[in-house]
Amino acid sequence: MLQIMEGSHAVAEAVRLCRPEVVSAYPITPQTHIVERLAEMVADGDLDAEYICVESEFSALSACLGSSAAGSRVYSATSSQGLMLMAEVVFNVAGMRQPIIMSIANRALGAPLSIWNDQQDSLSLRDSGWFQLYGEDVQEMTDQHFIAYKAAERHDVLLPGFVCFDGFILSHTYEPVDIPTQEEIDAYLPKYVPYNMLDAKNPISMGMYATPEYYHEFRYEIDRAMDRCATALSEAGKEFGEMFGRDYSEHIESYRMDDADIAFVALGSLCGTVKDAIDEMRADGIKAGLVKIRTYRPFPKNDIAKALAGVATVAVLEKNISIGSAMKGAVGPEVLHALNGTGISVYSYVTGLGGRDIRKKDIRNIAELAVKGEGDMFYGLREEVL
Amino acid sequence: MVDKSLELFDCGHRACGGCGPALAAKLILKGTGEDTIVVASTGCMEVFSTPYPETAWKVPWIHSLFENAAAVASGIEASLKHNNRTEKVVCVCGDGATFDIGMLCISGAFERGHDITYICYDNEAYMNTGIQRSGATPYDASTTTSPAGKYSMGNSRPKKDLPQILAAHGATYVATASVAYPMDLMKKVEKAVNTPGACYIQIHAPCSTGWGFEGGKTIEIGKMALECGLWVNYEMENGRLVKAKKVKRVPVDAYLKAQKRFRHLFKPAPVTDEIAKIQAIADANAEKYGIDIEL
Repeated sequence: MLQIMEGSHAVAEAVRLCRPEVVSAYPITPQTHIVERLAEMVADGDLDAEYICVESEFSALSACLGSSAAGSRVYSATSSQGLMLMAEVVFNVAGMRQPIIMSIANRALGAPLSIWNDQQDSLSLRDSGWFQLYGEDVQEMTDQHFIAYKAAERHDVLLPGFVCFDGFILSHTYEPVDIPTQEEIDAYLPKYVPYNMLDAKNPISMGMYATPEYYHEFRYEIDRAMDRCATALSEAGKEFGEMFGRDYSEHIESYRMDDADIAFVALGSLCGTVKDAIDEMRADGIKAGLVKIRTYRPFPKNDIAKALAGVATVAVLEKNISIGSAMKGAVGPEVLHALNGTGISVYSYVTGLGGRDIRKKDIRNIAELAVKGEGDMFYGLREEVL
Repeated sequence: MVDKSLELFDCGHRACGGCGPALAAKLILKGTGEDTIVVASTGCMEVFSTPYPETAWKVPWIHSLFENAAAVASGIEASLKHNNRTEKVVCVCGDGATFDIGMLCISGAFERGHDITYICYDNEAYMNTGIQRSGATPYDASTTTSPAGKYSMGNSRPKKDLPQILAAHGATYVATASVAYPMDLMKKVEKAVNTPGACYIQIHAPCSTGWGFEGGKTIEIGKMALECGLWVNYEMENGRLVKAKKVKRVPVDAYLKAQKRFRHLFKPAPVTDEIAKIQAIADANAEKYGIDIEL
């Protein structure tokens, strides 16, 4: 049944239905409403979990690691500086193969301080070994939590995952959303069965140190697991579709791509604006389409290559900046690599950093720049403040 | 009572000969017994006891990072509590991980009052990375980052008083111990793990490599530290001192002379004003904890 909910509260509902045993987080805008709601649920007995009020994001994820190692399903959420403070633990959790799910309400990084949205925080941790999902609207970002736990906990995966959504734009927006029942989610997501855990009856050592004889292979194994994660996410998304009617078996979503000459590539809430812009461009005879990336890690290279095969030009909309890189954004090079040898032109456009609005007319302007071969640039700079 | 005959810290680890921390680990586990989950920090002990694929630990053991053992332990405790499990959660970490980089996580865990025991094996420097100063390094000790030289007498600051800091956090039980007094150490560990709430034990664990003495003299050096008053074995309950080991104190000179890290205080000639400052630290300890045996 559809109900109008704030994005953050819909996420909290989804997390409750996943039955985490331990929740640990530190408040940070714009993530706060999620963990506040979860704290209320625990206080009211609606969620049977231990809620650890830690003193920092660094400890939040460290506590989650401990609980996960002890055999529990755990949850955390953060944004921006909080994710940066966690960074060392982020890599460590992946290396220790703990299937922790963490919501990221995407927010720009300082300095200068900004509470508004871009995707710099999660994208900058792309190499950490966490899979990364991006939602376009409240329904999608909510559903992705169920799928994330289901894929992460598979014993042929055992990787942690970020469920990312644009801060404020989605976290604080009220939209109609369908929340499954507890019975339905219990049927979809069974109780977590750890591959191994800290247990006095069966002692093991976890997180030991590895010499050069072994370390290399550990990293290889994580990368292999990430490859298998693509299948796991796809299968979890398909099963979700069969049970709830919303199919997430694809890592990308193609919009009006069948006969497109120019294609946009984007992540997250921006895709809604791009779809509207495409409709307008189509009405004016411009054959535009969109490839929306749901799964950024593992990167769905083949899916993207297939979806973009017939186009002449690709414009990657980047709400992030890879400072000093040739293409300026973090997504563009991956798309370029997916299209290697096809002759398709691929350009990155850094746009909307720190909460700057991206409008339909901007999307159209970017299309014009791409067709002219002008790209790999900051779009929409205010010359008067430079 | 736990079975003290169990060897839960196994032979075959790669510690230096006469390693105080290795002895501490062995004694700690005799105090906790089998029903224990050990949380470690990056440091000497992690490196010498768990080179993959080997391990010296016969109890469940986890290491995450240098600075987060107390937070990881908080999470483990929460998970155990949720599942009505009864294992004891015990952090075993070095002084760098405890006094310095781990303070944020430790402060948080103690403020929240998790039912954990945090044990610091205190060898008074960052030993496995090459003997650098930590917040636990004593006054005037020469380390590679606080070297004695023409214009330096070594470490210029006194040791941070961590037991008092954690007692001020509301720790239910705080104790200091020494590997030179094994029965006392085991008894305190057993008491801590059976005391609800966050407890802290700091164990004086001489490091033959870092302090510069022969590996066979670890116990002797440990005893000398207590006998001169530079180390005090005491217990605090709910923030109040309840017991301190009394000694017939001797001057600090013999303890200092026995270690290369204080050699600059005696060669070529005794630096009497500096030795007097160290003696004053010992005197202050004696007064604060009331350890002097009246003759």
